[in-house]
Amino acid sequence: MLEIKNLHVDLEDEDKTILKGVDLTVEAGKVHAIMGPNGSGKSTLSYVLSGRDGYKVTQGSATLDGVDLLDLEPEERAAQGLFLAFQYPVEIPGVGNLTFLRTAVNAQRKARGEEEMSAADFLKEVREKAKTLKIDADMLKRPVNVGFSGGEKKRNEILQMAMLAPKMCILDETDSGLDVDAMKLVADGVNALRQDGRGFLVITHYQRLLDHIKPDVVHIMSEGRIIKTGGPELALEVEKNGYEDLKSEVA
Amino acid sequence: MAVAQAKETVTEARLAGVHLPEGAGWITAAREGALARVRALGLPERRHEYWKFTRPDSLTAPAVPQAALYDDSDEPEMFGDVDRLRLVFVDGVFDPQASDELALEAVRVERLSEAGQRDIHWARDLYGVLEERGQTPVPRTLAALNTALASDGMLIHVTGRAAKPINLIYVHKSDSSDAMLHHLVKLDPGAELTVLEDGPAAARFNKVMEVEVGDGATFHHLRTQGRDHERRAATHVFARLGAQSVFKSFTMTANGVMTRNECVIELTGDDAIAHVAGAAMGDGDFHQDDTVFVTHDAERCESRQVFKKVLRNGAVGVFQGKILVKPGAQKTDGYQISQSLLLDEDSEFLAKPELEIYADDVACSHGSTSGAIDEDALYYLRARGIPKPIATDLLTLSFLAEAVEEIEDEGLRDEINTRLASWLERRRS
Repeated sequence: MLEIKNLHVDLEDEDKTILKGVDLTVEAGKVHAIMGPNGSGKSTLSYVLSGRDGYKVTQGSATLDGVDLLDLEPEERAAQGLFLAFQYPVEIPGVGNLTFLRTAVNAQRKARGEEEMSAADFLKEVREKAKTLKIDADMLKRPVNVGFSGGEKKRNEILQMAMLAPKMCILDETDSGLDVDAMKLVADGVNALRQDGRGFLVITHYQRLLDHIKPDVVHIMSEGRIIKTGGPELALEVEKNGYEDLKSEVA
Repeated sequence: MAVAQAKETVTEARLAGVHLPEGAGWITAAREGALARVRALGLPERRHEYWKFTRPDSLTAPAVPQAALYDDSDEPEMFGDVDRLRLVFVDGVFDPQASDELALEAVRVERLSEAGQRDIHWARDLYGVLEERGQTPVPRTLAALNTALASDGMLIHVTGRAAKPINLIYVHKSDSSDAMLHHLVKLDPGAELTVLEDGPAAARFNKVMEVEVGDGATFHHLRTQGRDHERRAATHVFARLGAQSVFKSFTMTANGVMTRNECVIELTGDDAIAHVAGAAMGDGDFHQDDTVFVTHDAERCESRQVFKKVLRNGAVGVFQGKILVKPGAQKTDGYQISQSLLLDEDSEFLAKPELEIYADDVACSHGSTSGAIDEDALYYLRARGIPKPIATDLLTLSFLAEAVEEIEDEGLRDEINTRLASWLERRRS
């Protein structure tokens, strides 16, 4: 489903290389986790895949179901079925959460040549999904992420993911800033979306999120490369011994 | 010597051949007084500090610059869904046939041209009175010119809670019309009224509204200035607020080659509240100036000024806002924000925020910024599949929201938001 080959990425404004040849394939129906120390390039990978400005791909490719992502605008990648749950969801005063969500859902449908969702159908679906994420009517009405707590922002990301029903979900440090209860709620939301046709790439610094979202494959990233790949036990190893051990082991 | 001559030239050229309208003794005296003010103060000129950012020439010239009519029938009638008393003016002349009957519970509405003929009238204590007070410390001579020469307008006396809003509708039908209207609104203690204004009014429009808000009274004012690109307008709102009264005014300006909106507010009774806000959107040949002067002369009053401007293709926005806190106006709460969203590098925002405080126990804050669309927010919206032009529009509305939220009535707020969104949508690239 998601296929990343030998991806090299520089910062556009500085002469600095962040990703130094990433190879990664996420199959449909699987959950892959990327763990790594700060500054290893995990978040950069998510930004480059979703199309954020400021990065220059110097080598390699990234495709989703065979479609070259790197040539597309961010909105086109989203319409292709790519979703990034942000580490720091952006606050947008004056734009209602529902308006935002409906605009996004219908923009994607339109881009795919599908019929737009009626206001009534949309409301029905969003209310149902919001309920399971414990998002109340007030949160839906409020401006996007404004005045939301850290947990509310992350739940709102998962609600967007549920409504947009992407093929490939990338979660960038979704556990950051969450207490245990909030993390469990978010993880339940993600787990509810796990299904055969959908791939997940869960980026995290700590193992604890992976207690709740059980990965099929774990990759360790360091200095812009994936240095080790294994099963869920690899996450436990990191938790126990830290990244330094792994780095020296590979070196 | 040369300066004195220039002043004489601009002012005398404008006054050459004008006649004061006919009227009863009191209004004639008011007009003569205003005419004397115009001569003494002189009409605005570019060299005046208060007109540093806005060229007054086209507003003071004897000849009216032509303004092509604009067909705005692609949008529904402004405030069309609101149950309101419609009073229609065509090129600055009241049109009784097109208007509702001048009858509204708890309100007395009269035409200036008729009331001005009567020997005894309440308007005597208001007509030109607040305008004259507003001439210090800064002259606003175009308003004095209006007091002297305006022959039409509405005198609105509110004695209780008005059953519905009054909508002053300004239709522009002649491409060379030069319109002047002078309205008075007097709210008795505890009275409540909403005034809606809309339309371009004329090729050139000079309007004054003097508002006396009695103790405990509430006045809401919502205005849109039409979509005509070539029209020019100089407007003044003068308001005096009694104790515990509320004054809230919002203006939407979309298009217009020249607009100067002045708002002069005096808080004279304790615990009064005054909010003035505006959303302006200009594309290309657009110059829009909000000049606001709020004087706190009583205790525990609150004032807010919230102005937002979206500018593109060389459009120019101006904000001059002042909060003056007089000695003794303790516990004043004053807030002022003016911001522009510059959608390209050709557009310009000129701001002059001022605070002048003579009391020691007050909280006043002000801020002014210019910026572009927030790239992080744009990326966030696009990452959700929203195409860049639509995402840009959403963020533009987001930028304007703080000003629009000053409109208290939800229905009216929605209407303004819809208009703003349509304006953006028509320009979507």
